[in-house]
Amino acid sequence: MSRLMTEGLRAGYGTRGVLDGLDVRIPDGGLTVIVGPNACGKSTLLRSLVRLLPATDGRVLLDGEDIRRLSTKEVARRMGLLPQSPLAPDGITVEDLVARGRYPHQSVLSGWSAQDERAVAQAMAATNVADLADRHVDELSGGQRQRVWIAMALAQETPILLLDEPTTFLDIGHQVEVLELVTRLHHEGRTVVVVLHDINQAARYATHLIAMKDGRIVAEGAPADVVDAALLATLFGLQARVIADPDTGAPVVLPGRG
Amino acid sequence: MLIVCAALALLTVALAVWAMTLGSYGLSAGQVVDALLGTASRAVHKVVIEWRAPRVVAALVFGAALGISGGIFQSLTRNPLGSPDVIGFSTGSYTGVIVTMLMGASSYAAYAAGALIGGLTTALIVYLLAFRRGVQGFRLIIIGIAMGALLSSLNTWFSTRADLDLALRAAVWGAGSLASVDWTMLAFASIAIAAVLVCAPAAQRRMRRLELGDDAAAALGIPVERTKAALLLLGVVAVAAVTAAAGPIAFVALAAPQIGQRLTGRGASADLAGAALTGSLLLLASDVIAQHAVPKVPLPTGAVTICIGGVYLLALLVRESRRFTEGGRR
Repeated sequence: MSRLMTEGLRAGYGTRGVLDGLDVRIPDGGLTVIVGPNACGKSTLLRSLVRLLPATDGRVLLDGEDIRRLSTKEVARRMGLLPQSPLAPDGITVEDLVARGRYPHQSVLSGWSAQDERAVAQAMAATNVADLADRHVDELSGGQRQRVWIAMALAQETPILLLDEPTTFLDIGHQVEVLELVTRLHHEGRTVVVVLHDINQAARYATHLIAMKDGRIVAEGAPADVVDAALLATLFGLQARVIADPDTGAPVVLPGRG
Repeated sequence: MLIVCAALALLTVALAVWAMTLGSYGLSAGQVVDALLGTASRAVHKVVIEWRAPRVVAALVFGAALGISGGIFQSLTRNPLGSPDVIGFSTGSYTGVIVTMLMGASSYAAYAAGALIGGLTTALIVYLLAFRRGVQGFRLIIIGIAMGALLSSLNTWFSTRADLDLALRAAVWGAGSLASVDWTMLAFASIAIAAVLVCAPAAQRRMRRLELGDDAAAALGIPVERTKAALLLLGVVAVAAVTAAAGPIAFVALAAPQIGQRLTGRGASADLAGAALTGSLLLLASDVIAQHAVPKVPLPTGAVTICIGGVYLLALLVRESRRFTEGGRR
């Protein structure tokens, strides 16, 4: 029994079904990475898990309860999400943006509490953006900005954190920086779910891999057990060799005939 | 930020007192304050409390309502052009009032109902036409502008079909003026506007999350589409309450939130308190100009705000299009 799981989940946009009856278990305390070719439904799955997209059939269970029965705020206290392309209002400062993550813990009357203050400070320290607190978000580099957004999701103080393609549009240096940060968050005890494009990065950082194609799960498990030449052929139609990283033992994909 | 708000409030109060000293029966600021405290002579009391105060209070209350309404719509559409007078909601309220006039009603309550129904219907139509898997700001603005154009030609058609008396009344009212506001009318409008003010802090908290994008707002625990619909309703109520009493007053809703943001230094983030205060100040100043700029010729308040607003709108369009082309090049 996982805190977050789905049963026969179907979801999609308009009349177009994307997810085809998925049974997913997100391991508690794990770093789950969802991979697959474009339009395989990986972002759709992530969006359904946090109820951004309603299930057309089946259900999402959070702590054993149908997520549709929980209030939006209750869901937001247990699960944080960094969406694919969030918008920063012009001229907003880093600290102001991070502070907005506190919304699910506040009410109109409660105002700004010491707990809020501490959560924001911790989130900025964890993501290494404390020095940028007074800077405007629009003048930051892509990597810095992504760390600020992660800080906002962290300020929400949820045991479960979902990130939708957090490395897209970043150069490789910043990609690794973000992934190392995500790993650290996972080591601190959070359940983390990430959608990634790069199969090598997925294999390197995941403790649990979910490989999807055409709205179905093709394989799932520890990367070393799952990633092989057959999987790459199925997922991407790619001929590739898979070798083990000499240091970590994680699978490394070498595309081409070799 | 608190200091800026306090300074704005002080300036507004000072202007309000000064506005009540002006007129054919000249008064000193001291006499006005005495009248407000209830210690002035009966003549002064009559001039201040019965003649001048309703108009000044109306400018303050209506200005605040327009500022808040503009702040809500600009935040919803994420665009400084997204104000109720640009996207047709004010015009819709006007249409509602003309229709009630055509049906023979002449009380404020009837006008208010007409304005509210007209504004809400327009909002609903614009909302439904703009809806495509959620409401996108820019779509809403474009459809709103088209809707506004449609309605204002409808308004013209109505007034050419109506009899002369009615057409005149509609035209006077349609110019937007605080001249005919009395305490009863003001009380009615104030009830609606007070309700809007009570909801404003909660609305602002949600608006600041919606600014981050629909997905981020939902992840922070906001039911997105329901919240947007509620905000839309709140903004329409504010603008309709004003329109019913004073006719369509342009520009205040458009400019007040923007000027307020720059004054309070909140960046582009929603700030309804600043918008409300700036709105009060703007409308009061416009109304003073309308009454006293041309000796012996009172202008409609709406005419003054439109003149200032035209210049402002032009500047805004130039700046937006420049930003757009720069963004395109980048």
